[in-house]
Amino acid sequence: MRSAGAVRFRDPQIEMAHGAGGKASRRLVEGLIAPLLGGPLLGPLMDAAVLELGAERVALTADAFVVRPLRFPGGSIGELAVNGTLNDLAMAAARPAALVVTLVLEAGLAASVLEAEVRAIAAAAERAGVGVVGGDTKVVEHGKADGMYITTTGLGIVDPRARLSPAAVRPGDRVLLSGPIGDHGITILLARGELDFEASLCSDTRPVLPFVERLLDVAADGLRWMRDPTRGGVASALNELAVDTRLGVGLLEEMIPLRDQVRGACELLGLDPLHIANEGQFLAVLAPEVADAALAAVRATPGGEAAALIGEIRTEPAGAVLSTAPYGGARIVDMLVGDPLPRIC
Amino acid sequence: MCLAIPGRIVEFAAEPSFAVVDVTGVRRKVNVDLLRPDGLAVDDWVLIHVGFAMSRISAEQAEEQLRLLTMLGEATLAAEEVEGYQFE
Amino acid sequence: MKYVDEFRDPQLIRRTADEIRRLMEPGRHYRFMEVCGGHTHAIYRFGLEDLLPDSIELVHGPGCPVCVLPMGRVDDGLALAVEHGAIVTAFGDMMRVPGRRGSPLEHIARGADIRMVYSPLDALKLACDNPDRQVVFFAIGFETTAPSTALTLRRARSLGVPNLTVFSNHVTIIPAIRAILDSPDMRIDGFIGPGHVSTVIGCRPYEFVARDYGRPIVVSGFEPLDVLQGIVMILRQLREGRAEVENQYARVVPWEGNLPALQAMAETFELRPYFEWRGLGFISQSALGVSAAYADFDAERRFELPGVRVTDPKAAQCGEVLKGVLKPHRCKLFGRECTPEHPVGALMVSSEGACAAYYNFAHRRARLEEDAAPAPAAAAG
Repeated sequence: MRSAGAVRFRDPQIEMAHGAGGKASRRLVEGLIAPLLGGPLLGPLMDAAVLELGAERVALTADAFVVRPLRFPGGSIGELAVNGTLNDLAMAAARPAALVVTLVLEAGLAASVLEAEVRAIAAAAERAGVGVVGGDTKVVEHGKADGMYITTTGLGIVDPRARLSPAAVRPGDRVLLSGPIGDHGITILLARGELDFEASLCSDTRPVLPFVERLLDVAADGLRWMRDPTRGGVASALNELAVDTRLGVGLLEEMIPLRDQVRGACELLGLDPLHIANEGQFLAVLAPEVADAALAAVRATPGGEAAALIGEIRTEPAGAVLSTAPYGGARIVDMLVGDPLPRIC
Repeated sequence: MCLAIPGRIVEFAAEPSFAVVDVTGVRRKVNVDLLRPDGLAVDDWVLIHVGFAMSRISAEQAEEQLRLLTMLGEATLAAEEVEGYQFE
Repeated sequence: MKYVDEFRDPQLIRRTADEIRRLMEPGRHYRFMEVCGGHTHAIYRFGLEDLLPDSIELVHGPGCPVCVLPMGRVDDGLALAVEHGAIVTAFGDMMRVPGRRGSPLEHIARGADIRMVYSPLDALKLACDNPDRQVVFFAIGFETTAPSTALTLRRARSLGVPNLTVFSNHVTIIPAIRAILDSPDMRIDGFIGPGHVSTVIGCRPYEFVARDYGRPIVVSGFEPLDVLQGIVMILRQLREGRAEVENQYARVVPWEGNLPALQAMAETFELRPYFEWRGLGFISQSALGVSAAYADFDAERRFELPGVRVTDPKAAQCGEVLKGVLKPHRCKLFGRECTPEHPVGALMVSSEGACAAYYNFAHRRARLEEDAAPAPAAAAG
């Protein structure tokens, strides 16, 4: 058995920020969880683990879903719990083979609410052609959970054409983004009602596997890296790429697709759309010679019309993301620090 | 030091002190007491800060500013041409 | 976005940047202070330093309300939740500001009832919805934000809401500008004046900057073209030997300010004899407390607060950075002990604080550039 690594996590207590997908999350995983649990099978921290089982490459992922409110425009926790896990598999170029769903329910939860979410889970799984093969149900005392939490485990078979590896990322590679960013995070923020904002926005929750299939059809050899920019947004996903590869990511700000309402909410609240969560988008790094074909393939897939090549991999600034505006000004785009907080100053 | 964003008044709320403003499709009720003496109307643009309309945005002044900026560019180009000519 | 996108026009921005170059005197080094943290944020957010020649140095001023708030005041605000059991409401900006025993977010994690609000009116609504709880609004901000607190106080009184109080930390910008002008190591050639504060106070209060100190000041907006045009206007004044107050942001800022706002502030607030600013020390008549007429709504009168003064760590060189003597990344703590996640000094706290803005948007570039350049032998580590 492998001995445990050194724990470097020094924060005295767990804060909301440790779950927000930014710097604190990374510090927790890399400083405490990975050193203690990391065995020979725990590779680079990706969306799903890829294991060689006999001749097959198998992807395995688990994801926990906590969202308030449980239902929001464009989706609900049940649908999210399936799509989010399928998307983690898709980011390993894996087709889903089975899901296991665990429900943690709060005493007092209306049975009708539970039924609606279980139906949502079933519908999302059926749409993706995958079965829920097992699960567990636990109930906690009233006040101990926001109605319900869901954890989903997904098992998938990696497409044999896939050659994904952060180590293969090279300067000159292009960065593809599948569609407008921030829809999910802003929708949830507004759906909580505390800000009193109204907008006709929907969560973007959806399975992204159809896009990945098309990418593998046209660009499998040049498809080097994928990530779905959930918590922490595009900024955090690309910063992790930059840190892991010791390369830089150069973004062209005007190329990043963004809906007016998301932009308006971000301007009003002083938030950076690059830090806002998505549940139906993905980022891909592609060899330059396949980038245009890959973009055309994603755009030709229903729901991918707004996809764009938003930047490229560079040698500088190593380990960081630099966004350049059309007028020439540039800024470093850092990882999210803690939860995105509206600011007035 | 203060984040404030332009928004358009789309309607006046039932409460006399409030109006609904629109910022690229995001709407919120804001307090307009600070601008009431100016006689606000629907479609006026106001600057919003922490749920209050702080100032009415002047379309004339905005146009004038852009005009000056455009001229400034042209003046620069003209000046460069003149200078270039002089140094030749 | 109307009134936003026009002022980010790439072609006009390039031309305005060219005009800046044309107006500069060869060999002269210019130091301009943007007083307002919103400008600091905009300068880094839009990468405006990339568009400016090296001989224009922007010095980041004190106009960031959470940056200048002393730690003792944060502790007092947190005590309202922890010791008095009140619901403390605050803007998102306050949530990561450290007190001696942690930030509001860390206190929430330990169970304190501290809630984020978008508007002071949300605090009033919370008080109406929770009549059996004390609700405190932890008010911060300069004259832009003070009128919203003032109108909320008026509303609370007219509605007869007994359980809302305001913990006022409102500060005023003019004494801070004067303190910087009076500082012996001050070397500022001109000021980019705060745009949104001026919607309330107007342009007249800045006249002393031009008259008594001979420095141009141009009240400016926050879009890239606004900031650059503000610099053009300062350079023109310097070139023509003028020192005046000018208004670049006339589409939003009336020369006279906003009279109803000033009246509401005069009614609900009174000037404190002195107030401590982080990084600048005590400045007389620089802050607003709740007025005697609104004593019932004053958290400082209703609750007993610790009122313990907490000095900043000596190693933090916030004062020097604030006065423009030191670049943020030259501070001994910058990026090591002091980061946006774990701020030690005032200016690392808010994304519009000079150090946090520098850290978030620029320092890695600065460091890379310095690493690339042949390092002088005595360069500080």
